[in-house]
Amino acid sequence: MAALMEARGLTRHFGGLKAVDGVDFALMPGEIHALIGPNGAGKTTLVGLLSGRMAADSGQVLLAGKDITALPAHARVRLGIAYTFQITSIFPRLSVFDNVALAVQSQGALHLRAGVEAALRRVGLEGLATQVASELSYGHQRLLELAMGLALRPLVLILDEPTQGLAAGEIAGFKALVRALVPDTTVLLIEHNMDVVMDLANRITVLNFGRVLATGTPEAIRANAVVQEAYLGA
Amino acid sequence: MTDGVKVLGLHLAVIAGLYTAQFILPQYHATNLARIMVLAVFATGYNIAFGYTGLLSLGHALFFAAGIYGVGLPLQMLEWTTLPALIAGVLAGGLVAGAVGVLALRTAGVSFMIVTLMFAQAGYLSILYFGSVTGGDEGFALDRAARTLGGIDLALDGYRFALAWGLYAVAMLGCLWLVRSPFGRVMVAMRENEERSQMLGYNPYRVKLTALVISGLYAGAAGAVYAVLFGYVGASFATIQYSILPMLYVLLGGAGTVLGPLIGAAAMFYLIDFASSLTSAYLFFVGLALVLLVLFAPRGVLGAVRERWLRWLP
Repeated sequence: MAALMEARGLTRHFGGLKAVDGVDFALMPGEIHALIGPNGAGKTTLVGLLSGRMAADSGQVLLAGKDITALPAHARVRLGIAYTFQITSIFPRLSVFDNVALAVQSQGALHLRAGVEAALRRVGLEGLATQVASELSYGHQRLLELAMGLALRPLVLILDEPTQGLAAGEIAGFKALVRALVPDTTVLLIEHNMDVVMDLANRITVLNFGRVLATGTPEAIRANAVVQEAYLGA
Repeated sequence: MTDGVKVLGLHLAVIAGLYTAQFILPQYHATNLARIMVLAVFATGYNIAFGYTGLLSLGHALFFAAGIYGVGLPLQMLEWTTLPALIAGVLAGGLVAGAVGVLALRTAGVSFMIVTLMFAQAGYLSILYFGSVTGGDEGFALDRAARTLGGIDLALDGYRFALAWGLYAVAMLGCLWLVRSPFGRVMVAMRENEERSQMLGYNPYRVKLTALVISGLYAGAAGAVYAVLFGYVGASFATIQYSILPMLYVLLGGAGTVLGPLIGAAAMFYLIDFASSLTSAYLFFVGLALVLLVLFAPRGVLGAVRERWLRWLP
């Protein structure tokens, strides 16, 4: 099966630091793929390169076989790559409705109100549309961010530490939500919570010092001696 | 009553009230009001860039002057009739704003302020440099024939008021429609969180350039009509003062509110009018008003009203 999204020899340096160092990576259609690794392994930089938030020093990014390396972030969003921020990034002074409407209308949807309501219902925020976003609880703001990502109807949804700061009950709801997204949407998940990763992911890629240490099923990663030494080892 | 009906009702009522005012006010104040309405069009345009899109420009005098000369030069040099000259003035404002924006929007924040200021100063100096054409410092007066529209003498009080009022009505309703449209939402998104907007698929450069061109069209329209109604074309309209004034109107009336620019323009106009009858140091009063504003109503008059009472105000 052909990869939906692919990185070839992707590299990004910050001064002398090789944050991402020649990464080859393939995201298969319809999978939930987790990206793990110790702090500073280059996870956020790698998805920054995939989403176009950062420019690559060298290497290629492909979407459905097409080279998109030169495209700016907003053009990649239009092609179906959505990114939700690690640190919640919403429009705090706008209403919940306006936040989601910005995502819905970006897709040229004709029925704005219906689109917004559908996106809010999927994350369980229905009925909060008229609230100002900054007045939502932290957990609800994370869900709003997710609703904005979903409303873009992406092919690939990149979630950067989505469960950070969520309560246990909220995490259970989040897992159910992500499971319901596939196979229409392919999910790339950066996550520190190993329970979430092992529970959700079909495949896992482990990064360390900007390089791919291993890729495989959760079972294979758990059994991998190199990974255990570098990361899971504790 | 839904918010949409309330909003439209309020704004139409303001337009009707302005029209009625000419029959109630003494002539002196009616003429002032005509001037205020044209300046409010300028400020409404400034508000589209600054209040809604977050572009703090110090170069809007250039777009206003583009409207003034865009109408004045064809009338004077090419002996155009008034209507095509007015259209040329409007387009000149948009065109100059577009040209400045293409370059200036590569910067943001303080750099954007300085680059727009620099362009406006370059424009002002160019007007002086080409004095043989522009009339330089002294400018030139438009004769009576150049100020008629379809046989109507625009220098007459009633017609002058009507054109100023008509322009303001169109500009204000246009702004209301714009900020309540999907594109208006994207403009605000740029102001609030540019990075997030980009990750929703919006090209910040294109959105901001569009907003700046619309803003320039407003400034050009205001400049063109101002020149025709008051019969004077001069370099003083390109000075920094005319970049600062719309900003003050907007800050005073309420940035990011549709009616704020009108309130700000009227208040500032009469403040200056009143203060200069007392002292030649009238700018002292302007400064005092701004200090009080920042201390007690940093969001301007309508901004404060919206925050406290009328949440539905656009």
